[in-house]
Amino acid sequence: MLNKTPFHSIHEKLGGKLVDFAGFEMPVQYKGIKTEHAAVREAAGVFDVSHMGEFFISGPEALDLVQKVTVNDASKLTPGKAQYSCMCYEDGGIVDDLIVYKLYDENQYILVVNASNIEKDLAWINKNNTFDAEVYDNSPDTALLAVQGPKSVETLQKLTDLDLSSIGFYSFKMGSLAGMNGVVFSATGYTGEKGFELYFDKNQADPEAVWNAIFEAGEEFGIEACGLGARDTLRLEMGYALYGNDITKETHPLEARLGWITKFDKGDFVGKETLLKKKEAGINRQLVGFVLDDQRSIPRNGYEIMNEAGEQIGVVTSGTMSITLGKGIGMGYVEKAYTAEGSVINIAIRKKTAAAVVSKPPFIKK
Amino acid sequence: MSTPSDLKYTKEHEWVKDNGDGTATIGITEFAQGELGDIVFVELEEPGFDFSQDDVFGTVEAVKTVSELFAPVDGEVVELNEELEDNPELVNDDPYGDGWMIKIKLSDASQLDSLLSADEYNELTS
Repeated sequence: MLNKTPFHSIHEKLGGKLVDFAGFEMPVQYKGIKTEHAAVREAAGVFDVSHMGEFFISGPEALDLVQKVTVNDASKLTPGKAQYSCMCYEDGGIVDDLIVYKLYDENQYILVVNASNIEKDLAWINKNNTFDAEVYDNSPDTALLAVQGPKSVETLQKLTDLDLSSIGFYSFKMGSLAGMNGVVFSATGYTGEKGFELYFDKNQADPEAVWNAIFEAGEEFGIEACGLGARDTLRLEMGYALYGNDITKETHPLEARLGWITKFDKGDFVGKETLLKKKEAGINRQLVGFVLDDQRSIPRNGYEIMNEAGEQIGVVTSGTMSITLGKGIGMGYVEKAYTAEGSVINIAIRKKTAAAVVSKPPFIKK
Repeated sequence: MSTPSDLKYTKEHEWVKDNGDGTATIGITEFAQGELGDIVFVELEEPGFDFSQDDVFGTVEAVKTVSELFAPVDGEVVELNEELEDNPELVNDDPYGDGWMIKIKLSDASQLDSLLSADEYNELTS
């Protein structure tokens, strides 16, 4: 039996194509990926991402626990700020990527994790909890909508007294939304557009009324319901990693271009020793972005990457046709010698190979 | 969902139209185009290509996924739908009409009898 989000009946009503995703019945698309993708790039789109996981970490040593299990420096967070981070195993492999929020209440953090990893992450955090800290899984009670796109702020501003323009990127405020109190307005997202992720208690509100209020407010801009398909094409145009594809327990943050969130000077954390050794030894492969010539050559997860001599030098981890560019784009791990911007690599697509150029994401200039 | 009753179908979600002159036209079904989503290009074998039942005669790339096309019967490609080169979305918009893919010369017209009827195909996808 698949889990359902609080917006499930709306997805059905809208004729969304529902698929099993991480144990949830989720919409992969409504009107079509192209339409939904364009709505987010040009106007506004709404994603139900209530399947994601939310853990509350609290208690006198809450920060110690967060610091131990994540690689970024959570001590730098002030109340109302969020940071992108990841959790590693001792061998440096990635457990999950996540966002850490520091709440206004002292010693309170929220970790937002991928839906497919909720149980695994929770077990991992509990296993490492040697501190005076409490871990509470609030995922089943949390509704989460991502409203993204150049018109998303204007849309949401109609529904709240908060001054949304005052909430900087990776910051959040609590306020009311369409008459419902206690909503977290987080200026974060997975699309590269302006927008908010809205967290609220699903039991406190009528989720359908909230959804409808947002669509009424965004109607004049052409707001669209968006599914997982557009979520994937949008994040890939920005070069954002997807857990399970681009980052896994077989990959570590330094080769996944996540060195910028890995803070060796913050004190001890799980995986630090191994990662330091890897850093000193030198990284021999790296996650890169690449662009193909046209829309007839579309890279997909698992395709081999070759050099000019026809030797395999890597593997594609994500790929799609960029709807904005009309070209194949992708990401994959390649040997160090081929990671420089402008390097020419070849993607094996069925019986042929297609030339691609290594290109630093984002693939679309904003 | 419409499933024209004058066509034959395969488990691989293709339709086959017997043109009555030793040729047949092939495309993918309404169900198939819906499952694939926005189609971005269709790659097909050229006229003259000989194939046996279940051979791959082309590939459909959609934004989200890629799918191979399997020959429903033995034959030889005699014509491609060249409109698909510039307008692959015809397969989404009109799978049984303007979105047709190839026309083939049948090696053995009796093979058509073993394909699914519209009712049998509907049962498969319901």
